[in-house]
Amino acid sequence: MEAILSEPAPSERISVRNLSVDYHGIVALHDVSLQVQASSLCGLVGMNGAGKSTLFKALMGFVHPSKGSITINGRPLRQARRSQAVAYVPQMESVDWNFPVNVGNVVMMGRYGGMNLLRIPRPSDHRAVRESLERVDLWPLRDRQIGELSGGQRKRAFLARALAQGAAVMLLDEPFAGVDIRTEKLMIQLFEQFRAEGRTLLISTHDFSHVRGFCDQVVLINKTVMAYGETSEVFTEENLARTFSTTAPQDLLLPLKDGIRLGDS
Amino acid sequence: MTADIAAWLLEPIRHDFMVRALLVSALVAAVCGLLSCFMTLKGWALMGDAVSHAVMPGVVIAYALNLPFALGAFVFGVGSVAVIGFVKQMTRIKEDTVIGLVFTGFFALGLVLVSKIRSNIDLTHILFGNVLGISDSDIQQTVLISAVVLVVLMVFRRDLILFCFDPTHARSIGINTGVLYYLLLSVLSLAAVAGLQTVGIILVVAMLVTPGATAHLLTDRFDRMVWIAVGSAMLSSLVGIYWSYWMDASTAGCIVLTQTGLFVLSFLFAPRHGVLAQQRR
Repeated sequence: MEAILSEPAPSERISVRNLSVDYHGIVALHDVSLQVQASSLCGLVGMNGAGKSTLFKALMGFVHPSKGSITINGRPLRQARRSQAVAYVPQMESVDWNFPVNVGNVVMMGRYGGMNLLRIPRPSDHRAVRESLERVDLWPLRDRQIGELSGGQRKRAFLARALAQGAAVMLLDEPFAGVDIRTEKLMIQLFEQFRAEGRTLLISTHDFSHVRGFCDQVVLINKTVMAYGETSEVFTEENLARTFSTTAPQDLLLPLKDGIRLGDS
Repeated sequence: MTADIAAWLLEPIRHDFMVRALLVSALVAAVCGLLSCFMTLKGWALMGDAVSHAVMPGVVIAYALNLPFALGAFVFGVGSVAVIGFVKQMTRIKEDTVIGLVFTGFFALGLVLVSKIRSNIDLTHILFGNVLGISDSDIQQTVLISAVVLVVLMVFRRDLILFCFDPTHARSIGINTGVLYYLLLSVLSLAAVAGLQTVGIILVVAMLVTPGATAHLLTDRFDRMVWIAVGSAMLSSLVGIYWSYWMDASTAGCIVLTQTGLFVLSFLFAPRHGVLAQQRR
């Protein structure tokens, strides 16, 4: 399951160059460029409608960019997707918890991309599912229907699916929404383990304390990248104020200077 | 007493047409019952209703041209959903409105065609089914359709379950969800035309929804859900046909009413998800 991680990884896990996305002529993302390294917990911060979910969709290859390109592990998106490099961990409200699948089934779904057409699990798939479930302490609950899990267990089940997939890049959409302190600590521990293994997690969040607490990188987004880089350098009051200003940024059309800041020149 | 029951059961099957009706409707019930699991989990009840109505002009044209009715049903079933998708994408109108207006349009076209095209099609047979008078060629087609639907659903069940449960994840790992969408849709069109044989266009959506809903209340496992849905659908068909024979009542009505009855039982008494169990909690 660690095949992707052991590949000769370029230090850039995610590389987005001059990406623009529009829906029927309405700009969702304009000229986004950013690089995120391997082994990183990267916060994604911006207002609702700032383009966070569009960026996620673009990284999964769901939208056709009007301009620009994305590579994951130095490969074009289509190839990266075929090698199961990108995992999306959904918001919990978007999951149908009454669906008749158990925890083991859900985690096995992480392996489907690598299986043959009939999706018949091989021994290696069963092993990967078991390892993933053991890592998030859910192996004893593998036969539970997913709706029977507690809130924290539900989150961990979907993290286990991303693990079983062997993804080098995990996209997490508001992972801490409605989570108690204990679960939050546990999840952060897991995230830090994932980082230590070389994975890159892109975590959209509204909670600045999370960014300061454990994100080594951060991307500030408001239709375009307002700033990105090391949290200690980039996560400043000034950049936040620009990111969350209600008026459209005047410097939207200026080119990025070395990818670090916008409009400083 | 036992002699009475034996007579009640045996007397109808002395008639050849009853045996055929029982066998065909049991097969159709199995197919629709299996598909109903996917329909209820995907939330495609309205889509099932739409497709089953939209196949009508296809069936009429196919009969008139002496083509297999499954072909006409397939073209118009899938076509109607393509039209729904197109109108939704091009306009500001909400999806349920588009579905409502497109399927009624297709259905109306079917009604006009039936009344204008000279053929031996009986409108009431299409609308309400005619399983007691089903012809040999219709039986052959129904068996073929059923086989295709069963094989497709069994072979692709894992992908289809994933597609129903989490299409975003499916896409993100490189599974072509567009293909799965049209696959499920094609199977739906075919099953609708098979179901049309037994209960007719108006009630076919019950075959495509009720067994799955009944089963969903009774279990949390997909494989069991399939068995329960298929079993309840087949039982409903057999019981419904017997009832309709002895009461001389509408066959389609009796079959669907039995299905509804089983749903009500499951709604009330399902061990964990039934209303009474939830009251006690």
